[in-house]
Amino acid sequence: MSTSTDLFEIRFRKGLPEQLREMQAQVEQVARDAGLDFYKTVFEMVSPKEMSMLAAYGGFPTRYPHWRFGMEFEQLHKSYSYGLSKIYEMVINTDPCYAYLMDANALMDQKLVMAHVYGHCDFFKNNMWFQHTNRRMIDAMANHATRVRRLIDRLGAERVEEFIDCCLSVENLIDIHAAAIRRQPRSDDAMLESLREAARDGEEPGLPAAEHFKVDVDHSYMDGYINPPEEVLAMREEALQRSMEPRPIPERPERDVLGFILAHAPLHDWEAEVLAIIREEAMYFAPQGQTKIMNEGWATFWHTRLMTEELATAAEIVDYADHHSGTVAMTPYRLNPYKLGLELFRDIEHRWDTGRHGPDYENCDDLEKRKNWFVDEQGGIEKIFGVRRIYNDLQFVDAFLTEEFCREHGFFTYGKDKTSGEFVVESREFSEVKERLLGQLTNFGQPIVDVVDGNFENRGELLLAHTHTGADLQMDWAETTLANLVRLWKRPVCIQTQLGGRPILIRHDGTEPSRVFLDRSEERPAPDAAKEEGAADDGGETSRP
Amino acid sequence: MISKIERDVGRFRQIVRGRIRRDLKKYMSSGELIGRKGKDFVSIPLPQIQLPRLRFGDNDDQGVGSGDGEAGDALGQEEEGDGAGKAGNQPGQHILEVEVTIEELAEIMGEELELPNIEPRGAKNVDAKKDRYTKIATVGPDALRHGRRTYRQALARQIASGTYRPDDPRVVPMRADMRFRSWKEDVRPERNAVVIYMMDVSGSMGDEQKEIVRMEAFWIDTWLSSQYDGLDTRFIIHDAAAREVDRETFFHTRESGGTLISTAYKLCLKMIEEDYPSSEWNIYPFHFSDGDNWSGSDTRASVQMVREQMLPRVNAFCYGQVESEYGSGQFMNDLQEAFGDEEAVILSHIADKDAVMASIKTFLGRGR
Repeated sequence: MSTSTDLFEIRFRKGLPEQLREMQAQVEQVARDAGLDFYKTVFEMVSPKEMSMLAAYGGFPTRYPHWRFGMEFEQLHKSYSYGLSKIYEMVINTDPCYAYLMDANALMDQKLVMAHVYGHCDFFKNNMWFQHTNRRMIDAMANHATRVRRLIDRLGAERVEEFIDCCLSVENLIDIHAAAIRRQPRSDDAMLESLREAARDGEEPGLPAAEHFKVDVDHSYMDGYINPPEEVLAMREEALQRSMEPRPIPERPERDVLGFILAHAPLHDWEAEVLAIIREEAMYFAPQGQTKIMNEGWATFWHTRLMTEELATAAEIVDYADHHSGTVAMTPYRLNPYKLGLELFRDIEHRWDTGRHGPDYENCDDLEKRKNWFVDEQGGIEKIFGVRRIYNDLQFVDAFLTEEFCREHGFFTYGKDKTSGEFVVESREFSEVKERLLGQLTNFGQPIVDVVDGNFENRGELLLAHTHTGADLQMDWAETTLANLVRLWKRPVCIQTQLGGRPILIRHDGTEPSRVFLDRSEERPAPDAAKEEGAADDGGETSRP
Repeated sequence: MISKIERDVGRFRQIVRGRIRRDLKKYMSSGELIGRKGKDFVSIPLPQIQLPRLRFGDNDDQGVGSGDGEAGDALGQEEEGDGAGKAGNQPGQHILEVEVTIEELAEIMGEELELPNIEPRGAKNVDAKKDRYTKIATVGPDALRHGRRTYRQALARQIASGTYRPDDPRVVPMRADMRFRSWKEDVRPERNAVVIYMMDVSGSMGDEQKEIVRMEAFWIDTWLSSQYDGLDTRFIIHDAAAREVDRETFFHTRESGGTLISTAYKLCLKMIEEDYPSSEWNIYPFHFSDGDNWSGSDTRASVQMVREQMLPRVNAFCYGQVESEYGSGQFMNDLQEAFGDEEAVILSHIADKDAVMASIKTFLGRGR
C-alpha cells in the first residue's frame, strides 16, 4: 500500500473479494495486451450510499464542507433509491487511479466496469490535456478540506460558506490552459519595464537603445532599408512616451479572471486562501469538462472491444449487451457522449483501416467510389491511439465529425418553437449540425470572458469583456454573478457584452445592477438614468433578478 | 465516512427550509423526480439551489439530437426535471404528489419541537418470531423436496461409492439422498406501539375542538410511527357511554348527552387487556375532553382506574384538555391534584389551534 492509500480514508475496509481480485488481474492483463497504458489502478468496493456520496464529492473521499455536496448527494441518492438511476462506476484522475465498484452490482457488471475503467485510466495518463493536472489530488483535496474546516472553526460556518458561494459563482472564469502554458511576456514589455524602473528610481528617462527596435538583418548593407533611422527613432520615442503613461492592468486581456482577482483584489488572507482553493479545484476538473466525449467514448470503445473479444463468457453476453445498450442509448434531446465518442472512434478506426482519408479521398466526388473505397492501410488502431493523446472534444469533433458520419447517425439541430413551446427539428444540414456542436464545445460551453481593465475609468472598478460568439448571456444571472464579483473585488464590477445584437455594459455597484447600451450615447449616463433606459430597452425584462 | 456527507445534507436541508442562509432563497428551484412506488407514480420533491454564473441564456432551448424526423417536426415536450426517469413521459398516468415524505415530516417535526427520541424500554422490545424456510432437513413432506440438493447428495454418494460414470452421467437418488426444505425460527426484535384515542363527544365539544383533536392526532401518529416499527391506532368516543369507532366516525361524531369519563377508560382497559399485552406493546392512551365530568364520584373512579390499572401498563397516559365555552375544565385540575408530578401522566391544556404545537411538545417531549 502506498502512502497515498494511507491518507485515503476508505482504506481497504472491505477489500476486493477473491473472485473480483482475480477478475481485476484478468481484465488488467487483457487491457495491457490491447495496448492500453495506465497507472496502477486501485478498485474499491462501496455501498450504493457511499457511491452517491463519492459522486457528490466528485469522486474524492474528502472535500471541504459545503451544502452543494449535500444537495448533489440527495439527488443522486434519492434517484438511486427510487430506481431511477444508478452509478455503475467512478474513477478519478490520480496516480494511482482510484476506481469504485458498487457492491450491489452483478459480477458481469463489475467486469464491464473494470474494462471501462482501464479505458479511462489510459486516457487520464496519456491525453495531453491531463498532463498538468495534479495526480496527487486526493491529498490536495483532503488538505483543502482541512484548511476550510479550520477557517470555519475560526470564522464561523456562515461567513466562510457565503464566501465559498461567491467564489463558486465565478469558478468557470478560469483560463483552462493556464496550467499548460506560460504566457510569455512580449519583448517590449521587458524594455518598458526597465524604463519604468529607471523612472521609479528617479533617473532621467532617456531614449531606449536603438538596437531594441531594429529587425535583425543578415547583411549590414540592408540595414538602412530594413530599419530606416527615422522610423527607429519614432518607435523609440513612442516607447518612451508609453513608459510614462499610466500602465494598464492587466496589460493584455486576462482570461484567468480568478487568478487576476487573486493577484490584485484587496482580499483578506482567509478569502485569498478560499479563492485559491476553489481555483485550484476548478483547474483540476477543467480537463474532464474538455474531454467528456473523448474520455467516455474511449472507455466505451475499450469496454466493448475487451468484453466482446476477450472477457465476456457465453453466459454473460446477453446481460452485457443489455447493460451496454443502456450505456449508449440516445434520446432525441441529449447527445449521449458515450455514444458519440464511441462511434467517432470506431469511424476513425474504420477510415484509417481502409484509407478513407487524405486529399484523394476528400476530393473524390464519385459517391459510389467513396462508398467502396478501400486502401489496405490497417492504420486504424495506431490512429485512434494518436487521437486520444493529443485531441480534446472541440478538436476531436472538428477534425473527425464528417458529413457521412452525421448523415449515418441522423443528427439534427433542434430548437424551441416560440409559439408552441415545443422542441422542433431545425435542420439536418451537416454544416449547421457541426456548427452548433462546436459552438457548444467551445470553451466547454462557457462564455469567453476576459479581464480588460482593473482600474476602469480610473475608479478602481473591474471591467470584464465577454467575447460574443452568437448567444447572449442570461442577463439576470449575469447581474447576480456581478454582485458576487463585487464581493470579491470590493469595488463595482462591469461587464461588456451584447444584448439582442447591441453592445451593452452591465455594471453592479454592490447594491443594484444597471445597464447601458453602448451604441446609444457617447456619454455614460448617471446610473439612475441608465437603469431606466436599460429596463425600457429590453422589453420590460426586469433589470434585477 | 458517511457522516461527512450527512453534515452537508443537513446544512442543505436547513437552507431549503429557510432556517439559515436566507440569501440563497432566490436561487432555489423546486425540481422533482418521477419515481415509482408499486403501481403508482410518485413525484419526489427535489429542491435545488443553483448558484448564478455567467452562462448563455438560451442554452436550454437548443441543441443537437439524433433520430427520426424532418425539419420542422416536433420532438414533443421534453420531460420536466433533470434526470427524470423513463416513466415520466408516459401520458395519462396518475402522479401522486409527495410534498414531503412522512419520514421527512417526522424528522422536521422532531427538529422543530426538539423532541427526544423515545428510549426503548427493555421488556417492550418484543422478539417477534417468524418461521423462515431457510433450513435443509433429511425428512419432510414430498411437497417440500429440494430437487437440486437431493441430486447433489445423490451425485456425491455415487462419486464416493464409485458408481458414478462420467461417460454415462446418470444420477439416481435414493431414499437417503432426499433433502427437504425446512424452517428455522427467526427471532428479530420488533417494536410496536398502539395509540388509543379517546374523545369526549358530549354536546359541549364543538367542531373547532374536534379540529384541534384531529390535528393533535395527526402529529402524534406521525411522530410515533417514526419511532416504532408498527403503529396501531384505536378510537373510542364517549358521552355517558363509550364505544369503539373507526377513525372517520371518531372525528365526525357529535352527540349530546352527559359525560362519564370512566366508561371510556373502562373500554380502553378492556382493549389493552384483550389485544395489547403490555409486555409486547408500547401503549399510549390519549384522552381529549373539555374537562367536564358528570360527577365527582365518576372522576374519582376514573383517577383510580388510571392509577391502578392504566399506569402499570402504558408508556404514558396523556390527557389533553380542549377549551370550549361550556366546559368547566375541572377534570384537568382533578388529574393534576391526583397525579401531581407523576412522570407517566402528561397533561396538556390546549387553548386554541395555535397551541397545538406546544401541546404536542408537552405530550411527546418526555421521550417516553
